Amino acid sequence: MKQLLTFIKKEFRHILRDTRSLLVLLGLPIVQLLIFGFAITNEVRNTSIAILDNSKDEVTQNIITKIESSQYFDIDRTISTSDQIEKAFKTGKIKVAIVFQQNFQEELLHLNKAQVQILADATDPNQATTLTNYLSSILMDYQTELNQQNKLPFTINTEMRMLYNPQLKGAYTSVPGVMGMILLLISTMMTSIAIVKEKEFGTMEILLVSPMKPWLVVLSKVIPYFIISMINVASILILSVLVLELPIQGSLLLLIGITTLYLLCALSLGILISTVTNSQLAAMLISLLGLMLPVVMLSGYAFPIANMPTVLQIISNIVPAKWYIIMVKGVMIKGVGIAGIWKESLVILGMTFFFLLVSVKRFKVRL
Amino acid sequence: MRILYFLLRKEFLQIFRNKLILRMIFIMPVLQLIILPNAANYEVKNITLSVVDHDHSEYSKKLINKFTSSGYFKLANISDSYEKALEIVEKDVADLIVEIPSGFERDLIRENETKLMIAANAISGQTAGLAVSYSNSIVREFNNEVRVEWIQLPRINQQPTIEITNSNWFNPRMNYKYFIVPGVLALLVTLVGYILTSLNIVKEKESGTIEQLNVTPIKKYQFILGKLIPFWILGLVVLSLGFLVSFIIYGIFPEGSFLLGYLFAAIYLIAILGFGLFTSTFAETQQQAMFIAYFFMMIFVLLGGLFAPIENMPDWARYLTYINPVSYLIEVMRMLVLKGSGFWDLLNHFIVVIVFAVVFNGLAILNYKKTT
Repeated sequence: MKQLLTFIKKEFRHILRDTRSLLVLLGLPIVQLLIFGFAITNEVRNTSIAILDNSKDEVTQNIITKIESSQYFDIDRTISTSDQIEKAFKTGKIKVAIVFQQNFQEELLHLNKAQVQILADATDPNQATTLTNYLSSILMDYQTELNQQNKLPFTINTEMRMLYNPQLKGAYTSVPGVMGMILLLISTMMTSIAIVKEKEFGTMEILLVSPMKPWLVVLSKVIPYFIISMINVASILILSVLVLELPIQGSLLLLIGITTLYLLCALSLGILISTVTNSQLAAMLISLLGLMLPVVMLSGYAFPIANMPTVLQIISNIVPAKWYIIMVKGVMIKGVGIAGIWKESLVILGMTFFFLLVSVKRFKVRL
Repeated sequence: MRILYFLLRKEFLQIFRNKLILRMIFIMPVLQLIILPNAANYEVKNITLSVVDHDHSEYSKKLINKFTSSGYFKLANISDSYEKALEIVEKDVADLIVEIPSGFERDLIRENETKLMIAANAISGQTAGLAVSYSNSIVREFNNEVRVEWIQLPRINQQPTIEITNSNWFNPRMNYKYFIVPGVLALLVTLVGYILTSLNIVKEKESGTIEQLNVTPIKKYQFILGKLIPFWILGLVVLSLGFLVSFIIYGIFPEGSFLLGYLFAAIYLIAILGFGLFTSTFAETQQQAMFIAYFFMMIFVLLGGLFAPIENMPDWARYLTYINPVSYLIEVMRMLVLKGSGFWDLLNHFIVVIVFAVVFNGLAILNYKKTT
């Protein structure tokens, strides 16, 4: 036990000596959470729109005012012909355009029908759909206002409720996602590199010939990084509650419990990577190039898993972040208890054991 | 010139000696490019539905039927109370609740007005927004059908209606792959180039071999060039493989000039490699370089415009993307593949990326000290 403590102390000295790395390790999750909590949002705001008003009457003017005051759109007033619209789309100056037919007001009020066309830049199909929906609903609102005097018979009044996130804040998806990503990537990287580094320098041999058991050597390397990760968890949670105003609905203890489990999983993945590589570059390639995009894209953070093709839905099961994000959403936002997330925690636990088992098999006492 | 030649030879020997790393550099990006873009799909289909029908009338059945046959919704559960349906949502079995009150049909016909309640799981605001707008249009359609049934036709169109038509430019079939594949390729090339260079010089520092290079008459710029060129060639190979995969697997071929895209990516690579080398001259240990690289990569990747539209970001984040090289590459790739933009449309992007290349490599040369 005393030996282990000495080893842990040595590890800590290494870490504390390198202030730059320590700064990155502790500061990075905070910066990332803030950037992503505020910047990564699919809420539409200030999108450039071009308006081609072929009618220029009172009604179109009213609609334009409505669009302008919606804060979703910024009207680009330099564009007034269809040629210009085409050019603006090509250079990416505008994302959406709206075209009113000639004699809009006259036909609307006398023929009861007038046409308007929405053009969207579908390079990003998702954004195009969202923008078209927003514009349509502004137009529909205007129509309803217009028709308020003569009420239609047989009307269904729909009441809409947004559960859990009534203001549709982006932080509700970004905080669990960012937690899943940052904790996994940074913990995996830290451990894999710390162990491989000793291999690369040849100091691992010195450690292995010491009277310490090999697994204790590894453990003493993991513990300091586990502590750093826990500090990161604390700062992420404090920030998301205080700055991003995301309340923790469920039990804080449970949240910390599942996060600890998740960290252990990430650390054992790091150990596994360190047993299969010999250089820091290789460890870095696996833990950054190999993990970053799969974790972002298959964890359900960037794209909903339910929409993926079946093969990818199956593959997504091996991404630990997927299970963790489900649990965090459950505990933090929905406020479910252990009964709602025991399956996911078992999966993470299983993964942790699997990583450790393979590492033990691959671990060579002689280099 | 001879000095540079020897430096390049040394660098290539080192690269080809490590087969494991060489394999990783080529296989991982190709594999990811084949698999990952398929995950990208925001098209909301099969929204799971929980129905609470208190009315059990002909109309309520018709309405439910309209929901399930629309292609957007999938009936996952039928509950007898709203509370039970909420539990179902909590368990992630359903994402949308439609509650039909008792007397739905009777009120609609006799009182001319009836109520309907729809609740959506809004943790992901975007999915919820789409789900709600789809259900709105289904209800509106159903409502119109009821009216047609009860009112003589000519009376219906008495109200002014705005007819909305919409068209989606550049990608009329709304193919998400066209949008995501170029972006993923851009990210992978960036990751490979940046990781390799950011660890390179610092490795020589760590193992002490940099001293041997320092005492030779190699000029600073020659040293940086000797590091830059090999990785530039590697990066171009990865890029070409990526183009090949996008063409073979996804049938994507730049509508604009192919060469233009290649040229842009080649200049971009010089910029990103320069940034990597700068990181490497700055860091003291490989570990440090890695953490710094991780920091920038994470921000470059997530603020690059691939996962969330740049237009939606707050102003300060939008200014940040101006100094994010990745966002330029992603945008140019997209403009070429989808919009068929020409050189003059891309002129600004070219200028910016050339400035990046000069600045980053300049910093790397300046920051590389021949004395330790």
